Amino acid sequence: MLQKKINLNLNKRLEKMHNNPILRISTKVLFAPIILFGLYVQFHGDFGPGGGFQAGVIVASAFILYSLVFGIEAGKKLFPSNINLILLALGGIIYGGVGFVSMLLGDEFLAYNILGSSPQSGQHIGILLVEFGVGLTVSNVMIALFNAFASYDKIEEK
Amino acid sequence: MISELLINAFLVTIMLSIAIALIKTRTVIFTVILTSAYSLVAALMFITLDAVDVAFTEASVGAGISTILFLAAMAYLPKKEEESIRSEFIPALSCIILGGILIWCSYDLPEIGQLTAPIHQHIAPEYIKGSKEDIGIPNIVTSVLASYRGYDTFGETIVVFTAGVAVLALLEKKNAAKKNKSQPKQKIRKNA
Repeated sequence: MLQKKINLNLNKRLEKMHNNPILRISTKVLFAPIILFGLYVQFHGDFGPGGGFQAGVIVASAFILYSLVFGIEAGKKLFPSNINLILLALGGIIYGGVGFVSMLLGDEFLAYNILGSSPQSGQHIGILLVEFGVGLTVSNVMIALFNAFASYDKIEEK
Repeated sequence: MISELLINAFLVTIMLSIAIALIKTRTVIFTVILTSAYSLVAALMFITLDAVDVAFTEASVGAGISTILFLAAMAYLPKKEEESIRSEFIPALSCIILGGILIWCSYDLPEIGQLTAPIHQHIAPEYIKGSKEDIGIPNIVTSVLASYRGYDTFGETIVVFTAGVAVLALLEKKNAAKKNKSQPKQKIRKNA
């Protein structure tokens, strides 16, 4: 009974939020710069603070902001959950795959030296790919968690 | 030196007051927001220690995304926490004793940034030298995280993946069960 009351209040508040022009327009303006900042943090991690974990969280926050303001259904239309699940696994596969590629080329697991023409370029390629895998997994896990929590009780109401 | 002391004292005071407010509050939304504020102050403290990468992680993960996830989960919780009936004397006493021991031990720690400290003698010099020569990356944190300690980061990624899949499995299973339960009800309604 109490649960239903809370859900009803929540729905009313959500409806108010979805129709608020300030939130809608500022989300549309902010969406691209947040993702751009995420990509900067991802690929600039070699030179400044940042890396896969932080970048993944920042990119995920852009998608979560979109689902918060426009609703879960619109968020799922923008970023379908089956693609989300595939990318969630792909990040770990990329990380492990880099390790296996270096193994197949004749070095140890996750030894990047052999990946490039010189040891340094090999390290660069390895770190870039590994960080990309981390970012992919983290961002998709965060989006999936938010979607799971936010659409948890929806079926009961219908 | 004095300015550093002032900044640290300021941050510790804010942290302490947030912690006391956290103990006192019984409203769930305040708990979530205060936890987020605590993370943000912790991030500022990491900046004063020159640990920019850690501060960045704390600000984005601790203060950002975990607050959003807590808020998303909060919709299914009652709005207020129940008052505890047990006496708070023994927990308080054990906290004070443990805190006292920790403060007492902290006098034996080497000073922050001291080069002769054991932690800076073990493998850190090799990493600092190797990051430039072997890996060619200016950010030592990234080279340690992704290359020297690649196994650990692989483990961390798998942990994040496993946690996400476990939560999804739990919630999706319940969702599917509810779907099956609610379908016959709808049919009855249509017939009526």
